Amino acid sequence: MIAHAIFFYTFSIIAVVSAIMVTASKNTVHSVFFLILDFISISCLFIMIGAEFLGMIMLIVYVGAVAVLFLFVVMMLNVAQQKNQWFAGQQSSKHIPVGLIISTLIFFEIIIVIGGWKYKPEIFDINNSISQTSISNTHSLGQILYTDYIHVFQISGMILLVAMVGAIVLTFRQRSGVKRQSYIKQISRERAEGVEVLEVQSNKGVKIDD
Amino acid sequence: MEYLSIFFLEVYKILFLLVPVLVSVAMIVWLDRRVWAFVQKRQGPNVVGPFGLLQSLADALKYIFKEIIIPSSSNKVIFILAPIVTMTLALIAWAVIPFSATQVLADINVGILYLFAVSSLGVYGIIMGGWASNSKYPFLGAIRSAAQMVSYEVSIGVIIINVLLCVGSLNLNDIVIAQQNMWFVIPLFPMFVIFFISALAETNRPPFDLPEAEAELVAGYQTEYSGMMYAMFWLGEYANILLMCAMGAILFLGGWMSPIDVYPFTLVPGAIWLILKILLLFILFALVKAIVPRYRYDQLMRLGWKVFLPLSLIWVVLTASYLFYFNLLPVN
Repeated sequence: MIAHAIFFYTFSIIAVVSAIMVTASKNTVHSVFFLILDFISISCLFIMIGAEFLGMIMLIVYVGAVAVLFLFVVMMLNVAQQKNQWFAGQQSSKHIPVGLIISTLIFFEIIIVIGGWKYKPEIFDINNSISQTSISNTHSLGQILYTDYIHVFQISGMILLVAMVGAIVLTFRQRSGVKRQSYIKQISRERAEGVEVLEVQSNKGVKIDD
Repeated sequence: MEYLSIFFLEVYKILFLLVPVLVSVAMIVWLDRRVWAFVQKRQGPNVVGPFGLLQSLADALKYIFKEIIIPSSSNKVIFILAPIVTMTLALIAWAVIPFSATQVLADINVGILYLFAVSSLGVYGIIMGGWASNSKYPFLGAIRSAAQMVSYEVSIGVIIINVLLCVGSLNLNDIVIAQQNMWFVIPLFPMFVIFFISALAETNRPPFDLPEAEAELVAGYQTEYSGMMYAMFWLGEYANILLMCAMGAILFLGGWMSPIDVYPFTLVPGAIWLILKILLLFILFALVKAIVPRYRYDQLMRLGWKVFLPLSLIWVVLTASYLFYFNLLPVN
């Protein structure tokens, strides 16, 4: 058990410290790297409680895909400058009250959920159905997800699809005058239509049309 | 005392796995250059040692004695971390590769997800290196590689789903044992081809080596690196290639299983079969490098998103319906 405790405290300390560093570090790219460290240590904690499927999915989805795109955006936008000004207090922020309200809400939500889990475990019937089976984590998750909770699962998939379509519609612009690559045209191009041998007369030159 | 003995036993096992992997990475670089040379009717490295086998060792020695230059305007911590991340991620993935039914360092339930996760983390080494160099060419290379690796990861994930539908388990040993009667390369041949091409793109191999396209980006994300740090990037890259070959061998070529289930072949240890299959895939990698010209970037993106992703998704539907219709789903 000592080894378990050592690993648990190591990962949780790393998780908490890196979560603080996400907001505290002045360089935005560093913030994203700390966020990645946070995700990794959280997935280690997931693996430690036996939820190896969740831990791996966390790694694949959040660290492998979401954080990469995050990093991508942060590197392209030069937000570091803005944040430094904010820290120096030059810009009076209107976001602090909103942030305070949201963080208080999240805090109370977490307290309610954890308190409920602790003192009324029968509310969470998923909790019981997993622990009764002896099969692996992934199997039990699949058995619950695709039977009892299939509608919730489908709806969450639908929401993601709507979000994707919405993002594409919002950012899609039809621009005129853009040269497009037509692959069929490029592949089916023959020598006869691409190359022409001309007899060039002296001092006349050739007129090339495009 | 008990913990200590467990600790030393595990360290011994890890070294027993890592040292051969590192040595074979060095050998594989030599093999890559030799195959490349033979395709072009050259000799390749043939001077150091028998057949030039020790060439990589000599190269490594040269890199060790070179000076590591850290650009003054770079972000130093991340600049130094980047090659370490690449190397570490390429090596930790080997923990779950089964060399026989029992010879596996960590026989975890979600082995294939672990492999997929670690290979998708590989992009961080490149992005960190490219960004921390604080220079235009490395940054462009890093951005290219981030977009490329994320795109091809998607199709690799869908291909893995195809295999998992036929196996019914995420454990790598179960995947190998499920191919006892028929390797998955036969029923899922189109998926094997797509996996192979996606693996080329995922490891930044030619013809998809746009992150380090020397004609456009000097050396991409590696431009500012020198000495041992450059060598670590390079070793990590080849360890990743070997890992992708091992993944292909396990998913499609029956892993450590012998190709024919008859007496003299079954005597050969599983590790040898796995190594032979990895070598076969690697030689294919090397041949592709020698014979295919580099892709244009928009062609690369089109291939990933508009060809491979729909094709592998359709194949998931086909596999699932076939298994469901003929009642072959692996339900336990």
